[in-house]
Amino acid sequence: MEKLLSEFSVGLFFWQSVIFLALLFLLRKYAWKPILNAVNEREQKIADSLELAEKTKAEMQALQSQNENLLKEARAERDAIIKDAKETASKMVEDSKTAAKVEAEKVVAAARQTIEAEKAAAISELKTQVAAFSLEIAEKVVRGELASDDKQKALADKLAGDINLN
Amino acid sequence: MRKLLGILFVLSFLSPKLILANATPEHAGENTEKLSAEEQKRADMSEYVKHHTQDVHDFHIFSDNSAGKHYGFPLPVILWDNGLHVFMSSKFEHGHKVVESKGNFYKLEHGKIYKTDAAGDLKLNEHGHPTVKAPLDLSITKNVFVTLIMAFVLFFVFKGMASSYSTSMSPKGAAKFFEPLVLFIRDDIAIPNIGHKHHKKYMVYLLTVFFFIWSLNLVGMTPFGVNVTGNIAVTFTLAILTFIITQTTANGNYWKHIFWMPGVPVPMKIILAPIELLGVFIKPFALMIRLYANMLAGHIVLGSLISLLFVFQNWGAKGAFLGLTLFLNIIELLVAFLQAYIFTMLTALYFGFAVEEHHDDHH
Repeated sequence: MEKLLSEFSVGLFFWQSVIFLALLFLLRKYAWKPILNAVNEREQKIADSLELAEKTKAEMQALQSQNENLLKEARAERDAIIKDAKETASKMVEDSKTAAKVEAEKVVAAARQTIEAEKAAAISELKTQVAAFSLEIAEKVVRGELASDDKQKALADKLAGDINLN
Repeated sequence: MRKLLGILFVLSFLSPKLILANATPEHAGENTEKLSAEEQKRADMSEYVKHHTQDVHDFHIFSDNSAGKHYGFPLPVILWDNGLHVFMSSKFEHGHKVVESKGNFYKLEHGKIYKTDAAGDLKLNEHGHPTVKAPLDLSITKNVFVTLIMAFVLFFVFKGMASSYSTSMSPKGAAKFFEPLVLFIRDDIAIPNIGHKHHKKYMVYLLTVFFFIWSLNLVGMTPFGVNVTGNIAVTFTLAILTFIITQTTANGNYWKHIFWMPGVPVPMKIILAPIELLGVFIKPFALMIRLYANMLAGHIVLGSLISLLFVFQNWGAKGAFLGLTLFLNIIELLVAFLQAYIFTMLTALYFGFAVEEHHDDHH
C-alpha cells in the first residue's frame, strides 16, 4: 500500500484528468452526438420503413381481397344476367309459339267456318238442283208413262193395286 | 474488421520479438562466465521488467548496453517548485547529471525527480530511499505523451466516423468496425444496466471511457513498454470520474438505499447505513485496482517470460518460452478488450444504481 502511494504520480493524475476531460468534451461534441444521432435516425427510419411495409402489405391484402370480392360479384352478376337473358329468351319463344298457335287455331277455325258455310251453300244448291233434276226426270218419266192409253191404264191399275194393298 | 484483426495479430507476433531487441543483448559464449555475471544478468532483467512498467520522463525505444547508448527522445519536464521550471528530460542524462533550473538543483532517481544540492546528494536513508523533498512534478512523461497521442487518434478516428454518417446512412470505413462496438456499448452495457429512460446522458462517458481504456491497453501491447492503464494514477483518474458522476447524478432513491434501507427493520437500517456508505467508496476503488492490477500483472508476466528467454541456454526451452510468450500476448490482447469492457460495464452498473427508480417489489 505504501509502495502504491509512493508510486502515485500527482502530475500524471493531473494530466490524465485534463486529457481525459478534454477528450470527453471534444468527443461528445464532434463524435458521440453525431454518431448516436445518425444511428438513432437510421434505426428510426428502418423501423418506420418496416412499419410502412407491413402497412402496405396489409393494404395490398385488403385490396386483393376487395378485388376478389368484386370479381366474385361481377361473376355472380354476369351469371344472373345470362340466366335472366336465357329465361327471357325462352319465354319469348314460348310466348311467340303460343301466339302463333292461337293465331293458327284462329285461322283454322275461320277456315273451317268458311268451309262449313261453303259446304252448306253447296249442299243447298245441290239440293235445289237435285230437286229440279228430279222434277225434270219425273216429268219426263210421267210423260213417257202417259204417252199411250195402255200405259195410262197399266199405271192406273198399278196405282189401284198399290192402293188395294194398303 | 478482418484487416484490423490482422494488424493486431501481426502486432502480437511482433511485440515479443521487438521487445527482445530492447532487452539486454545476449552475448555468445557468456555461459562460461562466473555466477556473479549470471546474477548481474538476472538483476538487469528484473530492472528491465520493472522499467517497462514504470512511467518515465523520456521516450525510450531501445538501449545498446554494450555501447552504453540509449535510443529514444526526451520529453519536457515541468516542475512546480515556488515557480515553474521547464526543461527537457535529456538534461538529466538518464539520471547521471544534476540539472540546475532558476537556482534550484534537481536529480532524477528511479524515475522520480528530487530537489537536491549542486552535488546531487539525495541523503539516502538506511533502506536506500532518498529523504530529500520531491517537487510537484507535472512533466509530460511517457504516459502523458502516449495518452495525448491516443487522445488525438481517438478524436480523429471518431470525428471521421461521425462525418461519414453525413454522406450516407450506412456505416463506411472506420464506422464499419466501430459502429458495432458503439452499439454494443449502448445495447449491451448502457441500456440493460441503466435502463432505457436514463441511459442517454451516460452514453458519452461510457463510450469515451471504453475506447480510452481499450486504446491505451492496446498501445501497451506495442513493444515500446508503454504501461498507461497499468498505472494507478491513470486508473484513479477514471475511477474518480465514475465516482463523481455516480454521486452527482444519483436520485433520492439511491441515497435512501444507502442511509435508510427500505424494507428492513430499523436496527438493520442502522447497521446497513455505514456498510452501504463504505460500499459507495469501495466500488470505484475496486474499479481502480482491478484495471491497474490486471494491466500491470499482464505486463510483468510478459516481461518476465521474455526475460526468461535469455536465462535458458537450451534452444528447446527458448522455443517453448517463445511460444508461451506468444500465447500470453494473444491472451493479453483479449484482456485489453476485456478490462475495458469490465470497467465500462461496472461503471454502467453503478450509474444504474444511481438512477434506479423506486420499485415496490424490489426486496
